[in-house]
Amino acid sequence: MKKERTFKFTIPEEELMNPGHLACQGCSATQAMRYVLKGLGQKTALCIPACCWAVIDGPVPYSSLEVPIYHCAFETAASSASGLKAGLEMVGDTETTVVAWAGDGGTFDIGLQALSGTAERNDDIIYVCYDNEAYMNTGIQRSSATPYGAWTTTTPVKHFKRRPKKDIVAIMAAHKIPYIATASVAFPEDLIKKVKKAKDIKGTRFLHIFAPCPTGWKSRPDDSVKLARMVVQNCIFPLFEVENGERYTLNIRPKEKKPIHDYVRLQGRFRHLTEEQLQFMQQETNHNWELLLKKVDAK
Amino acid sequence: MTKPAQLDRGRKETTVKNRKKAERISFQSEKDMPIAPMSVGSQMHNKTGVWRNMRPVINLAECIQCGICWKFCPDACIYVENEWPVIDYEYCKGCGICGEECPTKCIANVEEKR
Amino acid sequence: MKKVIMGNHALSFGAMLSRSQVIAAYPITPQTQVVELLSEMCASKALNAKFIKVESEHSAMAACLGAALAGARTFTATSSQGLSLMHELLHWASGGRMPVVMGNINRAMAPGWSIWTDQNDSLSERDTGWMQFYCASNQEVLDTVIQAFKVSEKLLIPSMVVLDAFALSHTYEVVDIPDQAKVDEYLPPFQPQFRLTPSEPHAFGGLTSPEHYFEFRYKLQKAMEKAPALIEETGREYEKMFGRYLGLADPRSCDDAEIMLVTSGTAGYTAHVAVEQLRGEGFKVGNLRMKVFRPFPFDMVREIAGRVKKIAVVDRNISYGHHGIFYQEVKSALYGMKNAPPVFGYIAGLGGRDITPKDFGDVARHAMANERPEEEIFWIGVKK
Repeated sequence: MKKERTFKFTIPEEELMNPGHLACQGCSATQAMRYVLKGLGQKTALCIPACCWAVIDGPVPYSSLEVPIYHCAFETAASSASGLKAGLEMVGDTETTVVAWAGDGGTFDIGLQALSGTAERNDDIIYVCYDNEAYMNTGIQRSSATPYGAWTTTTPVKHFKRRPKKDIVAIMAAHKIPYIATASVAFPEDLIKKVKKAKDIKGTRFLHIFAPCPTGWKSRPDDSVKLARMVVQNCIFPLFEVENGERYTLNIRPKEKKPIHDYVRLQGRFRHLTEEQLQFMQQETNHNWELLLKKVDAK
Repeated sequence: MTKPAQLDRGRKETTVKNRKKAERISFQSEKDMPIAPMSVGSQMHNKTGVWRNMRPVINLAECIQCGICWKFCPDACIYVENEWPVIDYEYCKGCGICGEECPTKCIANVEEKR
Repeated sequence: MKKVIMGNHALSFGAMLSRSQVIAAYPITPQTQVVELLSEMCASKALNAKFIKVESEHSAMAACLGAALAGARTFTATSSQGLSLMHELLHWASGGRMPVVMGNINRAMAPGWSIWTDQNDSLSERDTGWMQFYCASNQEVLDTVIQAFKVSEKLLIPSMVVLDAFALSHTYEVVDIPDQAKVDEYLPPFQPQFRLTPSEPHAFGGLTSPEHYFEFRYKLQKAMEKAPALIEETGREYEKMFGRYLGLADPRSCDDAEIMLVTSGTAGYTAHVAVEQLRGEGFKVGNLRMKVFRPFPFDMVREIAGRVKKIAVVDRNISYGHHGIFYQEVKSALYGMKNAPPVFGYIAGLGGRDITPKDFGDVARHAMANERPEEEIFWIGVKK
């Protein structure tokens, strides 16, 4: 062995998520959970609607997490969390952080109304959306978070998804909530920093975490972190924060935007795209990036 | 019933101890069951290592203890013993992320033979 | 202290006296006054509760369930379209054993839009595992809310306190509002058997395989079976402290009745008036105003039915393709009983059409004139 050295921990050591869970190999939804719980600590309560995590945690009578979970109805992640927080405060617990933990389906689509209500009231919860860009738990059907060009079982190759990904951050910013942040599982230190920042803020906080899904994206399980890194480097999924719905702060400004092709060709869900369609995707990415920079640079 | 976590659970002592405690639960009668559907035990009873068809093996001679493999494991099944990473093969699903992200490429993928 | 209040406010006072801790509600005619008064009570601190102004009834029930799981006492109120919007979550409340108490104003289901009373909204939810209490006076509403909390929290089964739109919700009556200290004595704070807390973490309501689901549902039914006796026992305790007994039903003149009406809601009080009139004319008529529909009080119904010659059920609801719902359930409760009386079924008052003492007179005379019903359904007052 080499000279005496210590193991380098760049994120908190404490594990609040245990192995034995039912996630697929290379699942980034579990990385997201592992990191968020490291940031929040054990005094946390999760409201998990129907989504992959409703199954990943394990069936009754088991659980993988060291924190309590309320498995709630699909559309109710935000409303359940609002109620849970109110209830905990009324029974004397004002310290437990209540987190609504939903996938993109339960956030962008069926859960959007409840999320909007909670955000408009500025209820004191953290809403985390882990985004694998489709309804993965039910077998890879499209959601409004599915990006342009993707194959899903309901957007087969002949009718691949043409509508763009819904801009959930813009929707949340319109509610003027105190804190919104995007994060990627490839940057756990940044993710956890944002989680800790969110924890100390009162009101509705929204975290949008990019979480690759090998099963749904037809990508290699060992590529998940790489994909989550590329998506930041090519500006498809920039890492930024929005305070009070108005102040935009960019966390990583790539000196050189990488082209999207390398990212796209690692995923089977984009395999059918022609060069022309890839160009369209690149233009869409460039356009969205420019719009974001305008918001960031506006003083 | 899962208990609140200990600190330093990245390290072996507490990690392996808690894993050994998890058991399969079988109810003989409804009287033994909780009143409403809820967890009373740990999912760690489920040894997902059997899912594997590829086993990652760390070559400690090349390892620089950077922490990256431990950090990215989606199954939290790399723990730290005496400052070195150890893969818990009872749970490792063989996803290969540790090897892919390792900066010195000191994690080899070995075909799992059964 | 006696006050003249509307039925909706009786619900509010009931929720306030019960020291509800979390209220999440969405307005709908004719329920709005319930939540408006509760809002004022929370704002003035007459009630120490969190009032979540949710953006739909579905979110209202979702929030109540989250709060109940935390161990808080929760209340909400709604009506017709709002109740149906909550439907999925009504199953959640019972399956999750969360003792939420909800006021439901019986209002006809759309289309067309109707704000007037009938019972299809609440009766469509009869299979969701909620207890259902049908009230006919504002006093009854207030008293029932308090008792519902006690029974619900003991059995861990949610309950709904039901009252007619406008006929009761907006009608002002004298109500004796109990003293808070006495209510506190009758109804202590909620002591949950389980609750969501990081100090003892569980995952509630997760994936449940066929290996376990059946037993959880068996437990729920077993708890429901304990309810009729518990409702009566809790009711007697209430009577000792407050002087009023509610019980499973309100029978009038049934002991020697040749014809017994079966009614519920405000129509039940109208039937009491009709029975008095008919008795004056020499008819041996009685009225069983049913108060508790779920759990269905089999023993009580069979016992009373055993003493009468004919039964005439008047339903302010209908299960399309079948019959009135109280009719179906009363009739099936009597199946196999020796000397079970014939049961006549009448549908009246859908969509808020008025039911008068004369209507009950017609029902009684019709049942009197026929040995057994020649048809399944008799419609009262429909312009055919």
